Amino acid sequence: MELYEYTVHELVKKLENGEVTSTDITKSYLDRIKEKDPQVKAYVSVLEEKALAKAKQVDDNRKAGTPVSQFAGIPIGIKDNMCMTGIRTTCSSKMLENFIAPYDATVIEKFNKEDMVYLGKLNMDEFAMGSSTEYSAFFKTANPWDLSRVPGGSSGGSAAAVAAEMAPWALGSDTGGSIRQPASLCGVVGLKPTYGLVSRYGLVAFASSLDQIGPITKDVTDAAMLLNLIAGHDNKDATSINIEKKDYTQSLINNVKGMKIGLPKEYLGEGINEEVKQAILDVAKKYEELGATVEECSLDVGKYATAVYYIIACAEASSNLGRFDGIRYGYRTEKFNDLRDIYKNSRSEGFGPEVKRRIILGTYVLSSGYYDAYYKKAQKVRTVIKNAYDTLFEKYDILLTPTSPTTAFKMGEKSNNPLEMYLADIYTVPVNIGGLPGMSIPCALDSKGMPIGFQLIGKAFDETTIFKAAYTYEQNTNFRENKPTFKGGEK
Amino acid sequence: MAKEDYEIVIGLEVHCELSTKTKIFCSCPTDFGGEPNTHCCPVCMAMPGALPVLNEKVVEYAVKAGLATNCNIEKNSKNDRKNYFYPDNPKSYQISQFDKPLCYDGFVTIETDKGEKQIRIERIHIEEDAGKLNHDDYGRGSFVDLNRAGVPLIEVVSKPDMRSAIEAESYMRKLKSIFEYIGISDCKMQEGSLRADVNVSVRKKGTEQLGTRTEMKNMNSFRSIVRAINYEAERQIEIIENGGDITQETLRWDDISGKTFSMRDKEDAEDYRYFPEPDLVSIKLSDTYIENIKGNLPELPESRKKRYLEEFGLTEKAANFVTSSKYYSNLFEEAIEICHNPKTVGNLLMSDIARILNEREEEPEDLKFTGKELGELVILIDQGTISSAIAKKVLEELFNEVKMPSDIIQEKGWIQISDEGAIKEIVVKILEANPQSIIDFKAGKSKALGFLVGQAMKETKGKANPQMLNKLFLEELKK
Repeated sequence: MELYEYTVHELVKKLENGEVTSTDITKSYLDRIKEKDPQVKAYVSVLEEKALAKAKQVDDNRKAGTPVSQFAGIPIGIKDNMCMTGIRTTCSSKMLENFIAPYDATVIEKFNKEDMVYLGKLNMDEFAMGSSTEYSAFFKTANPWDLSRVPGGSSGGSAAAVAAEMAPWALGSDTGGSIRQPASLCGVVGLKPTYGLVSRYGLVAFASSLDQIGPITKDVTDAAMLLNLIAGHDNKDATSINIEKKDYTQSLINNVKGMKIGLPKEYLGEGINEEVKQAILDVAKKYEELGATVEECSLDVGKYATAVYYIIACAEASSNLGRFDGIRYGYRTEKFNDLRDIYKNSRSEGFGPEVKRRIILGTYVLSSGYYDAYYKKAQKVRTVIKNAYDTLFEKYDILLTPTSPTTAFKMGEKSNNPLEMYLADIYTVPVNIGGLPGMSIPCALDSKGMPIGFQLIGKAFDETTIFKAAYTYEQNTNFRENKPTFKGGEK
Repeated sequence: MAKEDYEIVIGLEVHCELSTKTKIFCSCPTDFGGEPNTHCCPVCMAMPGALPVLNEKVVEYAVKAGLATNCNIEKNSKNDRKNYFYPDNPKSYQISQFDKPLCYDGFVTIETDKGEKQIRIERIHIEEDAGKLNHDDYGRGSFVDLNRAGVPLIEVVSKPDMRSAIEAESYMRKLKSIFEYIGISDCKMQEGSLRADVNVSVRKKGTEQLGTRTEMKNMNSFRSIVRAINYEAERQIEIIENGGDITQETLRWDDISGKTFSMRDKEDAEDYRYFPEPDLVSIKLSDTYIENIKGNLPELPESRKKRYLEEFGLTEKAANFVTSSKYYSNLFEEAIEICHNPKTVGNLLMSDIARILNEREEEPEDLKFTGKELGELVILIDQGTISSAIAKKVLEELFNEVKMPSDIIQEKGWIQISDEGAIKEIVVKILEANPQSIIDFKAGKSKALGFLVGQAMKETKGKANPQMLNKLFLEELKK
């Protein structure tokens, strides 16, 4: 078995035993990237030299008997919207194509303290706006299970890299499903933590009140370990919550007896692919077999979530992306006679069509005369949706839904139809609106051999129950025996 | 109709930089100056991914300002984004407050020639200052300096309650004085830490409806505020008198030409697309927090004035003057601690010190000497060591170099001649030289005595003790 095939918790043991070195592991991944990334195209930048140097440093420390942290020398891939000092941080946009970040995101600072190894920066939809990674300004990333299909998005590079075993784990960010949907489409585990659990400092903002960084991993155990590393209060992010730190690996318990699982019927209604629906019902059945109770319930107001999402997310984005003005950093047009030209032309030339679409939408809904009808109303509905979740959680410990209505679609299939693309996130968006934690866990392959994921939604700051339910499912099933085939690359 | 038939209506939006050590949303220093872009970090330079965290001191200072200006305090406040593009505004939005300012519905009292008048304050909110654009003299473009970006400001919005440029000046001076007393700002207008947007309209006397207003941005001296208001009011009256209409617009006051110029009119007024700042949480203040700040407010000018009238017997005019600035008031209190003569200290402040400051075009905060020097000066006057004429000269010296007055008069040889023998010699000498004055005095012309004393003062360069001169002249003349 190649080193790249192991999970992180397995690699950690091998390092601790002295069976392998960090250099062995890092080289294994770099070789795998060289072999597979020309087809998959998950990486925007591969940091080969830095990675090998770091791995060697950790190995030297281990050899010298210097105490090292548990994850020292473990490689990781980072979505390209998180700032790392001295490293290009592009957000897969022409706007930031040559932007070298002058500081570290808080999550990166945490990894630095652990002496982890950065394999590279991962492709995404431009500024995290999209559900297929086709809106990257640089290139499209392919789904390792079928290279003619999309990996989902916006963290498509992260999910594809983990699925293709070009990284043992990776960080993604999720505003409306950008971790869970690509995790589902690529057959890996993806967790969007509760809003406020992980610091957003250094994550290039898309929609401030919805964005959250989270793990994309091969299995549930690795997700708990990675969440342990990144969760915690940060005094550089006013929206990060100051609560007692938990050890999520303590929740990796193979037991769901007595757990009350709600199955919102609206998530299995119109628009869902039959095979996906069947897979979710099978998951429900499995949970019942394992001793949980599964009951159909209703989240009727969930149907407004997509509308609310596109108003709030676009409003915040229109303001957040104002700083890309061609003045201090990033792309600046060569065609200008005055200040107005610099703004207009830099932004027209530097942003792609989906980003522009959302800036225009957001500017519109915040305009005087429209604010009350759109933005204010959306905030009110947001509260209604949150309350509806609260009511459900009085009765249930956790909710079970599909992650995505379909499996991975063909490249080009939806990229010219924004509304259809937006519907790829209908099951994930309400979770962000509620600020809740949600995890996608792979459960089956459809008849075309494409992965299907189910979503577990928990109460705010109750990642614990999600981990317990996900771990139990994983321990009693065997999805991980399936491997991506890299088919469809010939055409 | 004549100019006198119109009434000027003025409202002020005063921006005041708070003297917190660090900026409003990051830990960069707020110090004025510094090489461009050296007091900056990813947050105040608006690097991608950087986030603001509210400096709690800013809230405390703003609440202090609100309580000192009789405002209500909003216990459930928040920040909002004001979106607009400009190179000195790095995030392309300014974090400000829109519909829930920290303080609202207050007032300050000003002195007018018709007595006291209340000027109402609509709101005080917190926000961040912008950076600065340095325009290159050689036409190579403009350079952005973000040292000032993120320096905390309060914006104090008045009701349109002022009716003359003098009232506007008094109001602004009053705010400056209060903010200095409570120690929330250095209020240095020349450094831009206190500046005002001035709204001016005119209407026929006796009418209720407000006229169309114009706004003059970023005025940073009392002198230009007064000039600009008077100019703008006259300009508006002339337009109306000629049958025209006032355009609602933003103007720039040019101090050199003494005129206003149009910057933009209402038609291209920006839509700032205000919305709640999602990167910050709401500002919730408890009653205890507010009471605590209230309890720790320093003594305000009104209360000091009362004390000066009652305890020290200052005149209304002197008490008003001394309390008009924290710097005067503190100097006064330090000096009387030493000399125990509040009246003379008050008079020196009101007359000579104010005059010299005015001549030097300086403000009370520029005073370099302290109560120690001023107190000794008054003691020297009271002991008869120097005359009040010499005291004026000592003060002039104190403005140039801070030294003890006793040392100054030693060095300059300004000690008053109080030796009776020496003065008698002078008296005799003057009388010998002015026989006609002796005749006049004896003929009942008492003015002659004054003339003789004056001559003696001239002879001694003001150093002779005037009381003693009077006494000895009278003795000699009556012989």
